[in-house]
Amino acid sequence: MPADRFRDVAAGPGAAKGDPILSLRGLRRTFGGLTAVDVERLEIERGTITSLIGPNGAGKTTLFNLLTGFDRPQEGHWHLNGGPLVGIPSFRVARRGMVRTFQLTKSLARLTVLENMLVAAKDQVGESFWGALFGTWRPIEQANERAAMESLERFGLAHMAAEYAGSLSGGQRKLLEMARALMVKPELVMLDEPTAGVNPALTQSLLGHITGLRDLGMTVVFIEHDMDVVQEISDWVVCMSQGRVIAEGEPLTVARDPAVIDAYLGRRHGEIE
Amino acid sequence: MDVVKILVDATRAAVGIPAAAYALSAIGLNLQFGYTGLLNFGHVASMLVGAYGMAVTVDLGGSLWLGIPVGVACAVLLGLLIGAPTLRLRADYLAIVTIAVGEILRLVVRSSLAAPLTKGIFGIQAFADEFFAINPIPEGHYGIGRLRFDQRGVWMMLVGWAVVLLAVLFIRKLTSSPWGRVVRAIREDEDAARSLGKNVFGYKLQSLMIGGAIGALAGMLLAIDQQNVTPDNYIPLLTFYAFTIVILGGPGTLWGPVIGSVVFWFVFEFLDGVMTSAVVDGWLGGALESTDIGPIRFFLFGLGLMWLMAFRPQGIFGRREEMLIDAR
Repeated sequence: MPADRFRDVAAGPGAAKGDPILSLRGLRRTFGGLTAVDVERLEIERGTITSLIGPNGAGKTTLFNLLTGFDRPQEGHWHLNGGPLVGIPSFRVARRGMVRTFQLTKSLARLTVLENMLVAAKDQVGESFWGALFGTWRPIEQANERAAMESLERFGLAHMAAEYAGSLSGGQRKLLEMARALMVKPELVMLDEPTAGVNPALTQSLLGHITGLRDLGMTVVFIEHDMDVVQEISDWVVCMSQGRVIAEGEPLTVARDPAVIDAYLGRRHGEIE
Repeated sequence: MDVVKILVDATRAAVGIPAAAYALSAIGLNLQFGYTGLLNFGHVASMLVGAYGMAVTVDLGGSLWLGIPVGVACAVLLGLLIGAPTLRLRADYLAIVTIAVGEILRLVVRSSLAAPLTKGIFGIQAFADEFFAINPIPEGHYGIGRLRFDQRGVWMMLVGWAVVLLAVLFIRKLTSSPWGRVVRAIREDEDAARSLGKNVFGYKLQSLMIGGAIGALAGMLLAIDQQNVTPDNYIPLLTFYAFTIVILGGPGTLWGPVIGSVVFWFVFEFLDGVMTSAVVDGWLGGALESTDIGPIRFFLFGLGLMWLMAFRPQGIFGRREEMLIDAR
């Protein structure tokens, strides 16, 4: 059980983990006078689902952007599997095994669903200019197609494989984006609000897929606003507010933390508890 | 009004060297704009460096057969030089920089500073004799009815359209490969492509360089046909002809630029013929002079391009549903 991994971890901001896949120190990002992210220390335990919560403007997405190379911090360093990631461009971060999705779904609208999957596959020699002209990329393509169709089957999108991704519904696009990220064969998946704007039935299916990723041995970090969702599937919860990590711990512990209730859940929730 | 003559002239333009050269130019631009989504408003620059690279090489005593690869290499280098500093920026910056580069290059080439190499505003002439010397077509006139070409024209057209065909085959090979899928993914959403581990900058640079090389071939074809390069042939209007052709044919389609160019030149000459006849026959009662025809032709083309963007943005070959998705 992944939850056992945290038996010896003391809750609290910056808690040291037994086997961190990702660890960061002294990360700071300011926009003019605004400090968007100022995290002293954070570690993500391998093979678990960590949710990142916090009120709007807490710096969650900025933290994602920094960690995945889409933005540059003023200070700080972070490591994936022990390898430093400072100054590494986003596409190399993805190749090293940390793949992200976006809050506003980025489906490649005028590519088919299957093409969306295939474009994410790794190590296709036909993606280089000379490889495209002279390489033997078709056998790799066929293997990728099989893997993509299997994955689409699991995500319930196989019947849409030949359709343009732009013709999918919002929820289907979320599923496609997640399925597509898995084609990169990541070790660490960073999901930015995977359930935002998705109906309750589809949310359940998405959550099933997220726990499925953990069962396949992947590590998941996801940003979430719905506390029920957080309680349901997280092994560990990190709460941010005003750019800082204000609490860390197992889901119930964090939900009862007064700092979290003040910053994020509001007074009323505290009274009910 | 001699309708047959007007149609013959229009057909001559539609199959002639300008149509082949613009098809080629549009094929290059289509790779950049239609497939990769790069807004290159300075495509004429690659035609210029291609033609000048070739002409200057010959002028300095080199062979034409050396000049052609030199011209292509110049365009590839130009793509690298423009792309390296600008492709990391947002798309509109590329548009601004490229339109400026096109004009700067034209002004540099016509300046007295560059005159020792480029012969300034007079340009370079008669550099393609080697090309016409190997013409295997026997002397004479070829064609159907009043649509006739001499041996020089037939040779030019054979080579010109053969190069167009090769370019189409090359683009088909490239765009139907995983490479082509990545550039289309970049056109749709750069950040998504990055998040999936694709080197977006590298692909854009390649697209700019390859499209530029094809544009250079187009510039050389026109220059060889005219046996002449002069700086003021390479005005920004050429880029916008190429854009009109790409949009007319359908951006991101394989044959769109070719058919677009043929239709473009047919309509262009047809309008010219009709208006000239109308003026000469006095149908317009002297309201128009023959010198007005040129400007009116451009005016009509502007209207045509606007109509196309509003009502058929997918062009002749594009798929309507793709456009509907884009407008979501």
